Amino acid sequence: MLEITDLEVRYGPVQAVKGISLRVEKGEIVALLGANGAGKSSTLLAIAGALPATSGEIRLDGEDVTPLSPERMVCKGLSMVPETRDVFPDLTVMENLKLGAFIRRHDREATSANLERMLALFPILQQRSDQAAGTLSGGEQQMLVIARAMMSQPRILLLDEPSLGLAPRIVDQIFDMIVELRISGLTILLVEQNAGKALEIADRAYVVRLGEIAASGSAKEVATSFDLKALYLGG
Amino acid sequence: MTAFLQFVIDWLSLGSAYALMALGLVIVYGILRLVNFAYGELIMVTGYTLFLLKGSPMPWLVMAVIAVCMAIFTGILTDYVAFRPVREKSVTAVLITSFAFSTLLQNAALLFISPRPRNVPLPDIFSETVVFLGLFVPVRNLLTIGLALTLFAVFALLMKRTIFGIAMRAAATHFTMARMLGVPANLIISAAFAVSGLLAGVVAVVWIGRIGAVVPGIGLEPLLIAFIATVVGGMRSLQGAVLGGFILAFIDMGLNFTLPQDLLKFRDAFTFSAVILILLWRPEGLIKGPSSGRRV
Repeated sequence: MLEITDLEVRYGPVQAVKGISLRVEKGEIVALLGANGAGKSSTLLAIAGALPATSGEIRLDGEDVTPLSPERMVCKGLSMVPETRDVFPDLTVMENLKLGAFIRRHDREATSANLERMLALFPILQQRSDQAAGTLSGGEQQMLVIARAMMSQPRILLLDEPSLGLAPRIVDQIFDMIVELRISGLTILLVEQNAGKALEIADRAYVVRLGEIAASGSAKEVATSFDLKALYLGG
Repeated sequence: MTAFLQFVIDWLSLGSAYALMALGLVIVYGILRLVNFAYGELIMVTGYTLFLLKGSPMPWLVMAVIAVCMAIFTGILTDYVAFRPVREKSVTAVLITSFAFSTLLQNAALLFISPRPRNVPLPDIFSETVVFLGLFVPVRNLLTIGLALTLFAVFALLMKRTIFGIAMRAAATHFTMARMLGVPANLIISAAFAVSGLLAGVVAVVWIGRIGAVVPGIGLEPLLIAFIATVVGGMRSLQGAVLGGFILAFIDMGLNFTLPQDLLKFRDAFTFSAVILILLWRPEGLIKGPSSGRRV
C-alpha cells in the first residue's frame, strides 16, 4: 500500500534520513524502531509531505506521491499524528475534531457517524468536548490527536511516538485503541521508542539507526534477534 | 460630565477605527508570522477607487461597496505578487517584496493620478452632527462605532462557527499541523488576505471620511497605527489586536484632552513613550497568544 524507496531528508547541512526503504501492506501494523535522532520522525514527516524529500520516492497504492503537500496527502487517504502532539490549545476538543474532518466537510452524514465512532472509542473526549484542548492531560491530548487524525477517514495512519511521556496505564489504553483501529481495517505505520510495546502489536518492524535501516523482519524476529536495549543506547 | 461623555464617544469612535485596522493586519500576521507592509495601500486603493468613481450616477453606497471590493482584490493580489512566490524562501525576502509592492502601488498613484490630495465623494451624512445625550456628535463617529461593532460580531461568529473560521484559528496556531489535517495552505492564506482587505476597505471609508481626501501616502499612518496596536495588544491574538486598538486610541484621545496647546504637536512622542512603557511591562503584548506557534 505504502512503498518508500531510498528516501533521503535533509535539514540544512544535516542529513537526517540517508536512504530508507520500507513497505507497508494493507491492514498491517508496521513499527519503525530506533534511538532518538535516528531519523524516524523525519521519515514520517517526509511521507506526510510536511518535510521535503531530497531524493527517493514515496508511492501510495502505486502512485508517486513524493512531491505532494501535506494537505494533498490527507486527500489521498494518509493521515499523520506527529510526536509533538499538536492539539490546537485554544480550540475546544470538539473544534479540533471538526477540523480533522476538514476534507470531509461536505459529507455531513459520514462525518457525524465517524465522530460518533471516535467518541465511542475515546469516551473521555465526549466529556471534555467543550473544553479548550490545551487544558487536557497528556494522555487525553494523545487520544484527541489520534481521533482528530481519524476524522478525515484515512486508509493509512502514521503514528509518531504515541506513548511518549505517558503513564504506563495510559500507554496500555492507547495501544488497545490502536489495535481496535486496525481491526476496523486501518493500516498503521508506527514509530515508537517503547520497542517492546510496539512489537507486541506490530506485524513487522524496521530498525532505524543513524538514518538507515539496520534490520527488518517480522515483529517476532526483530524482538528475538535484536538487542533492543543496545539499540536505544546507540549500540 | 459632558466632557467625559465627549471623551468616551470620541475614544470609542477612534478606537473602533484603530481596532479594525489592527485586526486587518493581525489576521495575516497570525497565519504567516509576517507583517504585510503593503497593508496601508489597501486603504489608499479604497480611497482612489472612491475618487475615480466620483461623478458616476451610482448611489454612494454602491461606490463604497465597489471601493471595499477593490481593497479585497488588492489584498489577494498582495498575496499572489508579494507573498506566495517567496513565502517559503525567507522572512527577509517577504519583507522586501511587501515593501516593494507598497512602493509600487504608491508610485502608481503618484504617476497616474496625482501627488496632490484628491477629494473623494462622501454622502452628506459624513458631515452632519446629531445631538446625542446632550452632545453634538458627528454622525460619522457613531457610524464608525456601529460599523466596527457589527464587523467584530460577524467576524467573531464566522471564526467560531464555520469550519473555515476554525481552520483559520488553527492555522494561526500551528500552520503545518493544520495542513496535515487537510487544510489547504494557499486557500487559507488567500482568505486571510481577503479578510484583511475587507477590514482595511471598511476602515478606509470611515477614515477617509474624516479627512475627505486621499493622497498617495495615506496608508502610512493606518499601517503604523495597526502595527503599534497589535504590538501593544499582542501580535498573536485577534482579541489582543482589538484591545490594542482601543488602548492606543485611549492614549491618543487622553493626550488630546489633557495636553496643553503648545505640547499637542508632540503628541506622538508622548504616545510612543506610553507604548514603550506598556511594552517594558508586557513585552509580549497584553494578550498572549497560544504557546505553540511557529512560522510556515
